[in-house]
Amino acid sequence: MRGEFKEIVAFAPPASTTGAIGWLRQNLLSSPFNVLMTIFSAYLILKLVPPVLDWAVFSADFIGKDQSACTSGGACWVFIGARLDLFIYGFYPFDQYWRVNWMFALLAFTFVPQFFDAFPYKKLFGLIALIVVPVVAYVLLLGGSFGLQPVDTNKWGGLMLTLVLAYVGIVAALPIGVILALGRQSKMPVIRTICICFIELWRGVPLISVLFMASVMLPLFLPEGMNFNKLLRALIGIVMFQSAYMAEVVRGGLQAIPRGQSEAASALGLSYWKSMGLVVLPQALKLVIPGIVNTFIALFKDTTLVLIIGLLDILASVQSAIVDPAWRQVSTEGYVFAAFSFWVFCFGISRYSQALERKLHTGHKR
Amino acid sequence: MAEKEGPLTPSKPAPWNNPAVRSIAFQALAILAVGYFFYVIFQNTLTNMEKRGISTGFGFLTEPSGFGILMSLVDYSEASSYGRTFVVGLLNTLLISVLGIFFATLIGFTVGVARLSSNWLLAKIATVYIETLRNIPLLLQMFFWYFAVLAALPSPNKSIEWGGNFFLNNRGLYFPRPIFEDGSGFVGAAVVIAIAAIVLMAKWAHRRQETTGQQFHTVYVSIGILIGLPVLAYFAAGMPISLEYAALKGFNFQGGMRIIPELMALLWAISFYTAAFIAEIVRAGILAVSHGQTEAANALGLRPAPTLRLVVVPQALRVIIPPLTSQFLNLAKNSSLATAIGYPDLVAVFMGTTLNQTGQAVEIVAMTMAVYLAISLTISAFMNWYNKRKALVER
Repeated sequence: MRGEFKEIVAFAPPASTTGAIGWLRQNLLSSPFNVLMTIFSAYLILKLVPPVLDWAVFSADFIGKDQSACTSGGACWVFIGARLDLFIYGFYPFDQYWRVNWMFALLAFTFVPQFFDAFPYKKLFGLIALIVVPVVAYVLLLGGSFGLQPVDTNKWGGLMLTLVLAYVGIVAALPIGVILALGRQSKMPVIRTICICFIELWRGVPLISVLFMASVMLPLFLPEGMNFNKLLRALIGIVMFQSAYMAEVVRGGLQAIPRGQSEAASALGLSYWKSMGLVVLPQALKLVIPGIVNTFIALFKDTTLVLIIGLLDILASVQSAIVDPAWRQVSTEGYVFAAFSFWVFCFGISRYSQALERKLHTGHKR
Repeated sequence: MAEKEGPLTPSKPAPWNNPAVRSIAFQALAILAVGYFFYVIFQNTLTNMEKRGISTGFGFLTEPSGFGILMSLVDYSEASSYGRTFVVGLLNTLLISVLGIFFATLIGFTVGVARLSSNWLLAKIATVYIETLRNIPLLLQMFFWYFAVLAALPSPNKSIEWGGNFFLNNRGLYFPRPIFEDGSGFVGAAVVIAIAAIVLMAKWAHRRQETTGQQFHTVYVSIGILIGLPVLAYFAAGMPISLEYAALKGFNFQGGMRIIPELMALLWAISFYTAAFIAEIVRAGILAVSHGQTEAANALGLRPAPTLRLVVVPQALRVIIPPLTSQFLNLAKNSSLATAIGYPDLVAVFMGTTLNQTGQAVEIVAMTMAVYLAISLTISAFMNWYNKRKALVER
C-alpha cells in the first residue's frame, strides 16, 4: 500500500522556553533561590544606579568657568574642565605643551598598531615603541638640546608624569628582569644565590618602602658631590622593584621551554649567550607577553605611590586641586575623574592582554 | 684492514676554555663585584652620615619619642621610647593585615561565586564590581573613602545611630566595649576547651566515617558546644563580663570602643580592592574543575550541596591556594599605603615620623624592610604548609 507522503509540521517550542520570556525564566527565575537573588540584585541596582546617574549626568554642571557655574546640586564637572591642564601636564610650561602632546602622539602611534592583527610592520612598531620612543621622549621632554628650552623635572606632573614613570619602569625593568631570571636558572651557585636574594628582597617589601629608601637612603649611598633629582630617585626605586617582578614572570617562560631546546642549541655548538638569545629567550618571551602586560598594569596603578615622596602624578595633582578654596566640595568629582583615567588605561590594556592570551594559546588548547 | 688505532683521548682544553674553570672564575668575579659594590656604598654612607652629623647604631630605640600616636593596641604615650613606637606601628600593621585578609577573603569568595551564578543579573553585577575595582589604583580608592566619603559623615552630635549602641560620625565608629572583671578567665578557658572539644569530635567523626561509613553531623553539635560552654561558664562565674556603652558627652562620645575613620577607610579600600582579585582567582579555580566531576557526583546521587562541598571545592582549592597566597602577601604589603591617609602603621610612625626625628635612615629602613620580609615569609610558609596538606597525593 502506498500512502501519501505527508509532511508533519513540527510543533513550535513552548512559548515559555523561547524568546524574552524563556530567557527570563531560564536566567532569572529558574528556582526559588534564583528568584530571591534576582530580587536582591534588582533592589541593589535600583538603590545605586539612579542616584549615581542623577548625580553624574542629569543634575550635573558641565559648562562654566568657576564655582559659580555649579548650582544644580549634582556633580561639578566644570572643575575638571577648569583644571584639566594641571591633570594632564602638571606644571609644564604652557607654551611647551606641544612637546608633551608629541610624546602622547608618538606613544599612540606606536601602540595602536599592536591592537590590530593585520597591521603591517607591527613588530617594527613594537620595537620602535620599546627602544626609540624612550630616547625621543627623553630629549623632547627634558629639553636642553636641539634648541629646546630645558624644563626641570620638578615641573613635570599629571598624566604625563604617570605615563613616564610607568613606561620607563617597564622598559628599563625588562632587560634587568631577563638577566635576573637567567641568573636564577644558572648552574653557578654564587650567581644563582645573588639573583635569588635580589629578587626575593624586592618582592618581599612594599613599593612604598622602596620609594622611601630611594628618596632618603640613596643620597647617603652616593659619593660626595653626586646627586640625583627626585624623579630619577623614584625611577631607580621603581625599576629595582619592577625588575624583580619581571624576573619572576620571565622565569615562568623559561621554565616552560623544554630542556631539549637549549641542549639542541649546545649540540649545534652555540655558546650560552647565543643559545639563550637566539633559541630559548625568543620562545620564552613570546610565552610571557601577557604576564609582562599584566605587570605593566600593576605598575601603572602603583605609580600613584610616588605622591607619598612628593612627586605630582595624576592623583597628586587631583589631590592638590581639590583642596583649592576657590572650589567647594569637589573631592568626589576629582577622584572620579582620576579613577576614570586609570580605569580606561588599565581596562583597555587588560582586555588587550586577554585577547593576546587567547591568540597565543591556540596551539596547546585541549 | 686498517691498523687499529688507540682510543681517542680528548685533548685537554685550555684553562680559559674549560667550563669548570670559567664557572669558578665568573663566580669569583661576581663575589668581588658585589663585595666591592657594598664596600663603596658602606664607605660613602659612613662619610655622608659623619658629614651630616647623624649618629649610627640602634641606641635611638631607647630614647623617648616625644610624639603621640592616634591609635595604639598597647600602652603608649609621648614619653615612650622609639622602640615602643616600633612595636605600636608593627601591631597596627598586623591588625590591618589580619582584618583585611579576613574581609577580603569573605567578600572575594562571595563575589567570585556570584560571578559564576546562573542568575544573569547577579553575575553581571559581580562582573562590574570586579572590572571596576581592580582597574583603579588602591591609593585612589583609599583617598576616595577617606577624603570623599568618610569626611562627609556628620559631626558627633548628629551621628548616624543603630539601636542606640552603635554610632557612626566623622570621629569614627563607636560600639560597646566589653569589660572583663574577675572570673572572666573562666569564660576564656571555656572557649578554649570548646574549640579543643570540637577538634577532637571532628577527628573522631572522621575516623568513624572512614571505618564504618556512618556519618555524624558535626556542624550543629559544634555550634552548640561553641556557644553553650562559654555561656554556661559565664553564668557559673557570676556574669563577670559587662558592656560599656558609648555616650555623647559634650561635643564628643565617651566610653565604648572606637574604630578611627582612618582604619575604616583603609579596611574598606583594601578589602574591596583585594576581594576583586580574589574573586577572579576563585572563579578560575571553580572553572578549573571539569564539569564531568559535577556530573559524576550527580550520577552517584549526591545532592547539590554535598557535590559542592565534597567534590568541587576540594579540587578547586588546589588551584586557588597558590595565587591566593600571593594576594595575601600583596594585601600585607599594600597595608603600608596607610601612611597616605594617616593611619599609624609601621611605615607611617617608624619610617615616617621616627625617621624624620632621628635621621637614622639606614637602621630604620632596614628594620622596616626586615619586618615586611618576615611577614611575607611567614604568610608564604603557612600557605605552603596548607597547600601541601591540600595537594593531590599521587601514587
